[in-house]
Parts: sequence; C-alpha cells; structure tokens
Amino acid sequence: MSHLLRRLTFGPTAAEVDAATRAGFDATLASLLRPAAAVTAVDLGADPVAKLATGATREQRQEARKQQRDQVATAVRWWLGRLADGGAAEKLTFFWHGHWATSVRKVRSAQLMLGQQATLRRYGAGDTGPLVRAMLRDPALIIWLDGQKNTRKAPNENLAREVMELFTLGLGAYSEADVKAAARVLTGWQVDRATGAARLAAKRHDDRPVTLLGRTGTFDLDSYADALVRNPAHVPFLAGRLWSRYASDTVPVPSSVAAAGRNTTALIAAMCRAPEFPVTAGTLVKQPVEWLVGATRQLGLRIGALETAQQQRLVGALRALGQVPLSPPSVGGWPAGTAWLTTSSAMARLKAGQQLAALAPAAVERLTGADRVEALASLLVVDAWTDRTRAALSGVKDPRRLLALGLASPEYAVH
Amino acid sequence: MDSITRRRFLVASGVTGAAALAAGATAFGLRDILATAGDRDPGAGTLVLITLYGGNDGLNTVVPYGDPAYAAARPGMTYEPEALLKLDDGFALNPGLRGLHQLYHDGRMAVVRGVGYPKPNRSHFQSMDIWQSAQPGRPGTTGWLGRWLDTAGGDPRLAVSFEPVLPPLLAGATSAGATVPGGVLSLPGGVDPAVVARLGTAASGEPPAQARAAACFADLMRIQDLMKQIREGAAEDDTDEGEPPATATGGAAPPLDQQLALVARSIEAGAATRVYSVSMGGFDLHADGKDAQQSQLAKLDEPLAAFTRRMAGQGVVVAVYSEFGRRVHANASDGTDHGTASDVLLLGDGVQGGLHGEPPSLTDLDDGDLKYTVDFRDVYATLLTGVLGADPRRVLDGWTGHLPGVLG
Repeated sequence: MSHLLRRLTFGPTAAEVDAATRAGFDATLASLLRPAAAVTAVDLGADPVAKLATGATREQRQEARKQQRDQVATAVRWWLGRLADGGAAEKLTFFWHGHWATSVRKVRSAQLMLGQQATLRRYGAGDTGPLVRAMLRDPALIIWLDGQKNTRKAPNENLAREVMELFTLGLGAYSEADVKAAARVLTGWQVDRATGAARLAAKRHDDRPVTLLGRTGTFDLDSYADALVRNPAHVPFLAGRLWSRYASDTVPVPSSVAAAGRNTTALIAAMCRAPEFPVTAGTLVKQPVEWLVGATRQLGLRIGALETAQQQRLVGALRALGQVPLSPPSVGGWPAGTAWLTTSSAMARLKAGQQLAALAPAAVERLTGADRVEALASLLVVDAWTDRTRAALSGVKDPRRLLALGLASPEYAVH
Repeated sequence: MDSITRRRFLVASGVTGAAALAAGATAFGLRDILATAGDRDPGAGTLVLITLYGGNDGLNTVVPYGDPAYAAARPGMTYEPEALLKLDDGFALNPGLRGLHQLYHDGRMAVVRGVGYPKPNRSHFQSMDIWQSAQPGRPGTTGWLGRWLDTAGGDPRLAVSFEPVLPPLLAGATSAGATVPGGVLSLPGGVDPAVVARLGTAASGEPPAQARAAACFADLMRIQDLMKQIREGAAEDDTDEGEPPATATGGAAPPLDQQLALVARSIEAGAATRVYSVSMGGFDLHADGKDAQQSQLAKLDEPLAAFTRRMAGQGVVVAVYSEFGRRVHANASDGTDHGTASDVLLLGDGVQGGLHGEPPSLTDLDDGDLKYTVDFRDVYATLLTGVLGADPRRVLDGWTGHLPGVLG
C-alpha cells in the first residue's frame, strides 16, 4: 500500500499509509482517482510587459521584466505548496507538465504558464482528445515551440514535429511528410501578447488540403488533434510514458495498460492493477520535486505556510538538484532514472536535507529516543534500511543531523 | 528551445542504451587519469571530439557566399560578403570564427563539406544517436568510440569525458569510457565524511537504482580531494571565470573552455587517454538564429583556437561535428528548421588544411535539404586510422570508405 501511495502522491505520511491499509487497495485507488475539486491559482495580476505602451522607455521595460520575474517566482512557490496539498490529482498535473514540457524561460509569462497548468488540470484526467485539442491552442506551448511565427509563406515545423514525436505518437509513427503537412495545418495560430489569447490569423493560415497521417483533406486544429489521438500509436505511447514515470523505466509497460483506452484515469488505474506494478517498488529514482515535496509532507511542513524567503530557499534546493517547476530543460522534459544520481546531486541532497531538517523541529523531536533510526524509517516511510545505512545512521547522535542524512540516504532517493 | 543543451535530451528520452550507461557509468577522478602517464607510446595520437548539440547551421558556419542561391534562400539571414572571413572566392567563415580563420590560413584546419548519411533523420535525438553510434540504418546501443575502446582493451581511462554524464558515443558493448565530472563539490558543514563514506558502501540485494545512489556517495568521496586539483588546473590555464554554473540536470556540461583546459592538462601530463569527448549545447535556433549562432560560434572559437595552438606538436587532432545542419531556406521566424548534411571541422597535427569534400548544391535539393556528398563514416574511418591507428572495419561494421588527403 505504501508503494501505491508513494507513486500516486507525493511522500505519503505514515498515518496516510495506515489509513489506506485499513481501507484496502480498491477503496484507496478509487479515492486517489476521484475527480479533484477546482483549483484557484494564485492571483498574479496582469502581465506587466504585456501592459507596456509601445513607446515605453528602457527603464520601464527593465522594471516590467523584473516584475515579470517576480511573478514567475511567486507562481513557482505557489505551485510547490499546491503540489504538496493536491494529492494524486496534482501529481498528475506535474506529470503532464513534464510531458508537455514547456519552459517559462522562453514563454516569459507566469500567467500563460498557469493558464497552461489550468488546461492540464481541466482535461488531464479524462479522454486525451479534448486535452490535445486544448493544448494545440495553448498560448504558452505555441510561444515555446515557435508556432507564433509559423506562417503560410514559411512554415516553422518545430511545434508540429514535437507534438507528434514527444507528446502524442512517438518516433516511428509518422513521416517527415506528416511533419510538413502538420506544420501547414498549424500555420497562422498565434498568440496576442497583450491579451494572452491564441487565435487563428486567417491571412497567415494555409488552408490547402494536405495528406496527413494517411488521410488527405482539409484539416483544422481539431481534426489534426483527433487524427493524433485516434492514431493506433497514441495510446500505447502514452501508456509507456505514464508507466515510465509512475511505475518503472526498466520494466516494459504491460499490454494490459494500453488496453484501458485513451482515458488517462483509466490508464492509471490499469497501471496500478497490473500484476507487474507491485514488483516495481524501489526501482524508480525520485525526481527532485518528488523528493523535496514528499519530504515536506512527511516532516509535517506546510510549504504554503512558510515565509517567502524559506520557500525561496526550497526552490534554490530544487535548482541545485536540477528540477525547478515551470523550467524543464527542454521540450523533452526532465531526465529519468539514474541520470538523477550523480555525485553533484548526492551533494545537493546532503545540503537540502540539512535545510529541511532545520525547518522541522517537531519532526526532529521524534528522533531523540534510543529507537531513533527506526523512528526515522517510520517518519520517512522507508520500508527498511540496509545494514549499510543502518550502520551509518546509528553512529549519528544529533537528531537534526540524523534526519538530514536520512533524507539524503540511498533508500530515500528511490521509491 | 533556444540555448538548451541537447545533451540533456538524450538522457531525458532514454536514447542512451548500453548497460554501462544504465549503471550510471564509472566516475573517475583526474588523478586516475593523470596516473596513467608514462603508459603510452609517445608517437600515439590523441583524438578530441567536440559535439555541438542542437544542430549547428552549417551554411552559416562555412558560408557559400559565392553562390547566388545562398543569398536568395535566406533573406535577412545571410551575411554581406565583407562581413565574412574569406577562405577562398566561394567560401568564408562566420564572423564569429576569427581564431579558426587564422588557423585555416596557417594550414592547420580542414573543412570537410557536405558530411551526412543516407536517409537523413531530422529528430535531434535520433540523428544524434546515428552520429554517435555511426549506425545510420538502425542505431544500436553502442557508440563508435565505445566500440573502438572495446577493441583497444577496454580500460575506461583511454576514453574520457569531462561531462557529468557519459555521452553515448563512449559506450561500448563490453566497456565504457570514464566520466570525470568538473565543478566544485565540497561537503556541507556538519556532514561527517566518515558517515558519507559508509553510506557509499554496497549493500547486498538492494535495487540497482538504490545501489547507484549509494555508489554516488563513494564517488563523491573519491573525487573530493581531486576537485581541488581540477580547480588549480583551471586557474593555471587562466580560464577561471569564477564559479562554474550549478550543474542542472546532472547533464549540464561545464563550459567548453573549462572542459578543454582539463583535456589540455591531461595531455600535457602524458595521460594514456587517447580519446576525449567534450561538448557544447545551444545550437537549436529555430527563430532569430543569425546573431545567436554567431555568438554561439564565438564561444566555440576562442577556446578551440587557443587549445589547438597550445596542443601543437603533441599529436592531437580535434574534430567538430553536430547532429545535422539546418534547412537551406530560412523559416518565417528568421531561424532555420532541422536539416541534413553539414560541415565537419578537423584541426591539429597532421591535418591537411583547406577545403575538402564536394560542396552540396544549394539548388539540387532533397526535399528542401542539402544532399550529402561525404558519408560521415568516411570521416570516422579516417580518424580511426590516422589518429588512433585502429582498423575502422572492426569499429564501423565493416565500413571501408576513407577520406583521402585530409590526414597525413
């Protein structure tokens, strides 16, 4: 049961594991997959750069850019708190963010990033058809992948290619001709920076018929999205992506998962019920966000209740670990598996462990007894320490240092 | 997608395959590399391979300014002839490449034009996989220099990368090159090194990922004191620009000058290493590409030219490549989309300077892209024979092609 909760949520507490064990697998899974309540995002106000008048001075521009960066930092801090409080639904939003990986470093608008996030929340748990339709007209994605200037005269293929390669079908399911055709279908979709809305500029749109994924005709954005999700490669591709993040990046995805069809909640349920799922326990490397947000929950820290400077230091720890929300390194998303396990990340976990332990005196207080190494395992929901780690930890008397080392330990780096 | 290191991409999309990579490869310290000094034949050559991630625009690197089709294809993205660094009446270097231009005129740089492979693939991941595996039909899980390492005895220290993650090209079937991560790594205060060392010991029966997490602590202790050496090395080279950027995803390479400084230091110490892999990202310029590319190329030029001069007479050959060039025609965003054939640059001892290879036509195109004129395996074969003294057929699946007159 701890396995199910670790994978579907961020850092379950011992009390949550106990409650789930009492409720049983089916009831727990049903409750985890229940539709989430609506989320009200932090109110950032307007985008200061979009509001600038055309004749704005250099100083005004710099000031607006600075405000814009502050808004991004606010949005990241807010989302970290939301990830900790939002259960399985918000972990799915995090999955989708890494899947449709869009970075604010190019989009440069916290409002558009949160807008994309709202789309992922609204459609992310259901049929992928509406999700793909909505994402193709998502302003942040259009800016990120140069759709902004994709025109009839000179199509820009970036968005069209990545939509097929990374978001819906995977390599091998489409041809170069499909990329060119899809780029033409997407021509003219652009974002008005002043309003933050995407719209089709008819003059820049190429509405001539194309041959795309085996069908010749006139496509619009919705019929392109529908062709993608109806393609036989789509569901197996998505099942593989979900499986690699939630279950295992080494064990192949069982065919029973894709058999659930293209509803994401159904895919996740099938994944958790697959006979292969339990044996994946302990094989996934935690992504830094999973590691840090999970730790705050288990330590009884409420991110949203911390001071801004403390929240900012947690973001700094994530930066050192290589994963800042809203800033994936590329459209391919973040790495997985042992790529996270480097000497520099081991160092960063030691430092961040100290930082977290310093914020959680109540948790530290529980590690003062003679059974402190066992108490630490229970606090962090680690099934068992290896003899190695037990030996390393049992020599540490200071409870704060003990907690910091437990957080940095190899056992806590995986789940 | 601007200024994004495609290196991370390979990791992200799980393209890397060899077992050695799955195990996280082996981290070595600079000391382990330097300790091999004296083990080598003084006449043996050294290959330094520079990978430019993101798809560098070849047509604006070695510019065919004499061809009217060049200006016609890229309104707003071309250079005026007087801004360019002339190689001859038809070709010139990008204004960002002053150092290389001088080396060209000194006869120390060869430009091989039109290098590519059959059935070009325009995905960054796939095409980089093809270049690194040297298997265009169906890229396997080993890299061409990893296979060379297999044939050369398999000591990881023969093929070294200063990136934190082993590049796929150094993964062989039975062996893998060594990664020697740079950057500053010192334990935070209050952490007892003895406890960290204990966390780094292996525990029987633990899952592989957890074992790898533990091994990181062992590596950490091993490289602790070596980091100091590396930093001193960098300072000697006068390239110390303060703190290196924090490693991001564990795949962020240190700046090129820092990587090359470490290579220079190892070579000067007489290390047995025959192959060094270094890399630079940020060449994926779909929009507003001209100025950004020039600035990227300038970041390549200065450290590369200095390195080449410093290494003169030591049997070092540098090869520079990218996973593909860009389309001949600009897109509407003043950038260029993924293309095909491009230039490979060769510099150093024994390199016959000048222009080599047939330049691809700018008008007789393959679906909007250049048709390659030189198979990339010919370049690899030439490097294997001329620098590493190896039989290319054993490394390149029986390939017998060769590039005449480039290395001698």
